[in-house]
Amino acid sequence: MLKVRVIPTLLWKDFGLVKGVGFDSWRRVGPVLPAIKVYNARDVDELILVDIAASQEGNAPDHDSVNDFSEECSVPFTVGGGITSLDQILSLLHAGADKIAINTIAYSNPELVDAAARRFGMQCVVASIDARRFEGGRYSCFSHSATIDTGRDPVEWAKELTDCGAGEILLTSINRDGTMLGYDLDMVERVAKAVDVPVIASGGAGNYQHMIDVVQQAGASAVAAASIFHFTELTPAGAKLAMQVAGIPVRRNFVSAGQK
Amino acid sequence: MKIAIINFGMGNLGSVRRAFEDIGSEVCIANHPAAIYDANRIVLPGVGAFTEGMACLTNAGWVSALHEVVIQQGKPLLGICLGMQMLATTGHEGGETNGLGFIPGKVQRLDAIGCKLRIPHVGWNEVNYQKDDVLFDGIPDSSDFYFVHSYVFVPEKDEHLIAKVPYDVEVAAVVRNGNVFGCQFHPEKSSKAGRQLLKNFMGYSPC
Repeated sequence: MLKVRVIPTLLWKDFGLVKGVGFDSWRRVGPVLPAIKVYNARDVDELILVDIAASQEGNAPDHDSVNDFSEECSVPFTVGGGITSLDQILSLLHAGADKIAINTIAYSNPELVDAAARRFGMQCVVASIDARRFEGGRYSCFSHSATIDTGRDPVEWAKELTDCGAGEILLTSINRDGTMLGYDLDMVERVAKAVDVPVIASGGAGNYQHMIDVVQQAGASAVAAASIFHFTELTPAGAKLAMQVAGIPVRRNFVSAGQK
Repeated sequence: MKIAIINFGMGNLGSVRRAFEDIGSEVCIANHPAAIYDANRIVLPGVGAFTEGMACLTNAGWVSALHEVVIQQGKPLLGICLGMQMLATTGHEGGETNGLGFIPGKVQRLDAIGCKLRIPHVGWNEVNYQKDDVLFDGIPDSSDFYFVHSYVFVPEKDEHLIAKVPYDVEVAAVVRNGNVFGCQFHPEKSSKAGRQLLKNFMGYSPC
């Protein structure tokens, strides 16, 4: 049976990892490389690394750094932030990324999603959506690290992106980001129902029950989290254990059977 | 032991190279077919579409070189994901395309073989052995490996099906025909179990 993934998200700005609340009030968390080493040593299911300053500042993806980071990563590694062209995607894949996440550029150039999926396969293209909930329950998608309101509805936008060939949706609630109050179950459920591809829920995880809820109640295929792993004693392994107890299939860590 | 990784312009080349370096192999990125002749093992990686993949292989002269080195000389070859699918006779992705034909079978979309779950199949899933194989030495049956694909290899003969993965339907996870191996999952991204499988491939010698 396919396992539900627990994915630490690493947000990268300038020279280190940061974590904010509502895509704001960024706190320094520490350097990138040791964090990747630790997660890799703990055999996490997957890692997502996003350069949050790239699109805002108009920088291209830092492919040399990704090369250094991926050296330490023997699990699936998704890289996002500042991607605007197929050449950049190719160089990230050569640098050791397995999947790339596209967010801001997709609003002005959805053809890039389509071209990337055709060239590198849909499984390689993660469409990242950052959405805010307004009073009255209306939602809107934001680009440029949650600074520009695009006016798009996340459900409709997710459908469009998957029609273009996105192989996964990374869906982040701007309101819940960093709050540790739980995922936006309503938004995740609506998007997960609307698309056929896996939806990775992001934004708001504060305890293991939040992860269980977003899988069981909202239909997420994977859970991403940052603050909970940076700032509390909770771990990806602990999350998987709790999910397993709740009846959710999770990946067992490999134990060698010994050489024959 | 020298491994040549075929660079035909598609794929997560960086990850594959890392994984083989990690297990102590001497790695050569083969940018040209001539580079596979002095390697001991060959890996055909690949993410992407079947038709484009085969076009890249054909146009750059890989097909005839692979026939000579793998089929005639008998060097072990490991196809990964799209690289595994291209070992098949035909692909059915936007029309019918010829594959390398090293393992009889066809490549079809998951829903075409009855899968009703989300496509692509992304994540860790258990690999259930159909028979004992050198690739599985030291890896318990039903270990989890990392999959990410929308198309599947449907082998023509049962004897070539080495392991399966359940995803609503039974899907080929590992296929093998003599010295030609293919895995649908990504051993280079499957952490310790994946490293062990790559070690096993490097340690295998055809009789």
